[in-house]
Amino acid sequence: MHDLAQQIVSGLATGSIFASMALALVLIYRAMGIINFAQGELAMFTTYIAWQLTQTGMPILLAFVLAVLIAFVGGVALERIVVRPVERAPQLTVVIVTLGLFTVFNGLAGWFWGYVVKSFPTPFPTAPLNIAGVAFSAQDVGVIVVSLITLGLISLFFQKTKIGLAMRAAALYPEQSRVLGIHVGWMLALGWGLASAVGAISGIMVAPALFLDPNMMQSVIVYAFAAAVLGGIESPIGAVVGGLVLGVALNLLGTYVEAIGNELRLAAALAIIVVVLMVKPSGLFGRTTVQRV
Amino acid sequence: MRLNTAQWVPIAIAAVVIAVLPAVVPSFIVFDLIFVAAYAIAVLGLVVLTGMNGQISLGHGAFMALGGYVAAVLAHNAGWPYWIGVPLAAVACGAFGLFIGLIALRLAGVYLALATFSLAVATPSFLKHYKSITGGFGGMSLEAVKAPAWFPLDAQHWLYYVAWAVAGICFLLSALLVRGTFGRALRALRDNPVAAVSFGINPYYYKTLAFGWSAALAGVAGAFLAIATAFVSPDTFSFALSITLLIGAVLGGILTFWGALIGALVIEFLPLLAQQVNAAAPSVVYGVTLILMMLFVPDGIVGGLQRAVRRFAPAHRTKPELEPFSPSAAMKAADQPSRE
Amino acid sequence: MKPFVRKAGTGMFAAVFALAMTGSTIAPAFAAETGVTDTEILLGGTHPYSGPASAYGNIGKGIAAYFSYVNDAGGVHGRKIKYIDKDDGYSPPQAVQIVHQLVEQDKVFAIFDTLGTAVNTAIRPYVNQQGVPHMFVATGATTWGKDASKFPWTIGWQPDYQSEGILYAQDVLREHPKAKIGVLYQNDDYGEDMNAGLKKGLGKHQDLICKMASYETSDPSVGSQIASLKAAGCDTFMIFATPKFAIQAMVLAAQQSWHPVTYLNNVANAIPYMRAAMKAGGPGAVQGIITTYYLKDPANKARYGGDAGMKLYNDIMTKYLPSADKEDGNFLYGVAIAYTMVDVLKRAGKDLTRKRVMEVASNFTEKDNPLVYPGVIIRTAPNFRFPITQMITAKWLGTDWSPSGILVDTRSSATASK
Repeated sequence: MHDLAQQIVSGLATGSIFASMALALVLIYRAMGIINFAQGELAMFTTYIAWQLTQTGMPILLAFVLAVLIAFVGGVALERIVVRPVERAPQLTVVIVTLGLFTVFNGLAGWFWGYVVKSFPTPFPTAPLNIAGVAFSAQDVGVIVVSLITLGLISLFFQKTKIGLAMRAAALYPEQSRVLGIHVGWMLALGWGLASAVGAISGIMVAPALFLDPNMMQSVIVYAFAAAVLGGIESPIGAVVGGLVLGVALNLLGTYVEAIGNELRLAAALAIIVVVLMVKPSGLFGRTTVQRV
Repeated sequence: MRLNTAQWVPIAIAAVVIAVLPAVVPSFIVFDLIFVAAYAIAVLGLVVLTGMNGQISLGHGAFMALGGYVAAVLAHNAGWPYWIGVPLAAVACGAFGLFIGLIALRLAGVYLALATFSLAVATPSFLKHYKSITGGFGGMSLEAVKAPAWFPLDAQHWLYYVAWAVAGICFLLSALLVRGTFGRALRALRDNPVAAVSFGINPYYYKTLAFGWSAALAGVAGAFLAIATAFVSPDTFSFALSITLLIGAVLGGILTFWGALIGALVIEFLPLLAQQVNAAAPSVVYGVTLILMMLFVPDGIVGGLQRAVRRFAPAHRTKPELEPFSPSAAMKAADQPSRE
Repeated sequence: MKPFVRKAGTGMFAAVFALAMTGSTIAPAFAAETGVTDTEILLGGTHPYSGPASAYGNIGKGIAAYFSYVNDAGGVHGRKIKYIDKDDGYSPPQAVQIVHQLVEQDKVFAIFDTLGTAVNTAIRPYVNQQGVPHMFVATGATTWGKDASKFPWTIGWQPDYQSEGILYAQDVLREHPKAKIGVLYQNDDYGEDMNAGLKKGLGKHQDLICKMASYETSDPSVGSQIASLKAAGCDTFMIFATPKFAIQAMVLAAQQSWHPVTYLNNVANAIPYMRAAMKAGGPGAVQGIITTYYLKDPANKARYGGDAGMKLYNDIMTKYLPSADKEDGNFLYGVAIAYTMVDVLKRAGKDLTRKRVMEVASNFTEKDNPLVYPGVIIRTAPNFRFPITQMITAKWLGTDWSPSGILVDTRSSATASK
């Protein structure tokens, strides 16, 4: 029983990592209808910036805030410079641009900071916690809590603020929004900025557990993609739930299903997701959109 | 099949260039061009599936893996000659592609992208898991291909001509396939599925078949990748390969067969050129090039060329190659959940 | 070089070809051996400078730095070494293509330090068929030494992974004969080789292994594996993992309040990694861990502060790679292996041929490599092509590895694995 509880808790810890990254993917998808493959690398890059700031002696919380701000500005700038020119091109073109950004930022990080795995300071206490024999760390809890806070803030932003509503309108009905005087282009840029900022939060939160190297987010982004789609690609809540479910499912499949084991657990989890999607093609929390003819 | 001058002249030129190229380029380039043939066949599969039918695949590397391993296992474990492996790879991948195509009927846009991506991500795990057949992580070395006695040149040139002859057959068969009713149905389902269905086009039949054909092409490509490398391992078919194929298709031009050829050249030679520019960080050069190309020719190199031709030579208004140049509804359609 | 035209004069086609090719195959006025001139020795290699394994690209940079140093000091018998090093992205097909180019176009004298087991397995048949030395491949699979008779042009360098596994097994049997061993291993040829060594070393005591948990390099974390090893009641922990996962394993074990006797594989024992684990998991996460060594650690200033070899390394790095992180052990690996390469070239003498170089490489003793652990002797014989077989075990005490003091020679076990 202990073992099961430990596996679930450990799965929630990794699941929260997927969830926080999936959140950023959902934001971009809502703004532009594309998967940003560079999201993880942008997060990794900002995490390095935060690391660099802490090396100057800056306290981690201040470095955290600064790096998130830098990520926001960087995201807006990237949208303006490289995404906007291909905005009207086929969406696959935009996807290729994000793949280009992926390789650029991965290469740059290796170039600037090398490939030695680095530890990243955690803002949470490091002493292990133990409840009824199930061990976890404050870091694990922290990632979940921060993801939930981010989720709450995003929901508030989109539902209660004028600019948040304008962003949603711009994404869903660009033409009508223009008529209403919404600056659609800037709304997209804002979407990129926001997603980058959320990605940066994710990167900085998970770096203490995964350890920082230029390839830190490459495995995470695969799982985050799966989590976001499982939850329903347009749903922030779905992203978080999808991430946690995926994390736990992976651990249970790997540990308790003899025929699957750790080797095939990713394949098995992905197969299950595909089956879920076949039954519910818009994901767990997605709304079914009616096709326009 | 009837072609007008503007269509057969470039094809004839390409055929002649391919035939005489080995005489003018160094032998290692001949070797590289075998890989280009393989990539061209695989990217052609994406052109048919994603470009012409609007079904996104981020997993064609998985079909290449299946094709490569079919060829490798037959050669390595059963001792069969390589040229039997190629058509069998096509059959195996075609069958597997039909199955995946059935699944794809239920999914569209980003959901289909994830399903196919999953396939690519899971492939190496399966290759490692079934060690007794696949040789596990260490892979399998294959006997190098030998030229038949009557062939005047060395084995490398033999494989070059075999690969390009097969590529030519693949292009020809695909062209025959997409010219007639089949092609019209594919495009109709891509551009306006609801209208297409109301005109009596059976989406299940055509979309599944497109997937099967596309996968069969990828299988042939995988077989040649294995034969040319004379080695297969899970590392040969990492999920990066699937991404690379998509990059090739979009960069070349996903709406035309020429795009497959150009795209294959790009994905083969761009990484080699990138490291000559900056050996310390080739991926930075590679990524920047990708982005710049997309900024300048968002519809791919062939699309850009077609626009240029139309602009500077309005008198010789060429009939579009195999596909009218249209604001690519393909990808837009692919992103909408299908409800049929 | 193999003949371009198989049969002379078989028809027009061949004639046209031969004619067209003469332009590009004008041979130098004299050529004692491919890739060697009076002033230059041309070597070729590949490393992953892009893709998932790009961390190892620094080995190639370390090699280039050492060759520059040798060239500036006059070269080898008056010849400068030119090293053409390309990016293979850790992909076997790409590596095969590059090696074809290096052999057929650049006409290198030898292929040196291609990296990775899959990559080297893929290129081995070709270079052997071409008769090109395939020297000191950067992987510790046993096949390089074991299959030397089948592939005489290929030779490894570093200790083979199986021997390392055997060493840990011997230590367990000696120190903890009642151990319940839990193994965390990377699910690839590396992990398999380590496991094979461990089992071989345990011999009839294989039942000491109570649980084996694998991870994939695509896994973000090994939390689940650690939990299941702990749950299985293991009290001895083998970490057969690359640095990132090894650090995670040490930290997660501490966080899950699991305190086994821990063995850490050589590839992850560099001091920066131990520091990272200590920072995240506290000193308890790393105290008492056992590992093995065969190279010096550039991050260990306390131990090698006055060491002449380390001074040489630091000088070379400062001069030729000024902005690089000297503490990255990959650079040191590169310099160390390049040292052996230069040593072999020197011994092969002025009349350098490919055959001669392989003869030397498979029958030499190098006692003075300044970057291997003091006392380690690099040695081969025609029937024994495992250059490095000596390792030292060490224990992490406080802030540094504390060597046990006895070099273990795995020569017998390497032979046993034949």
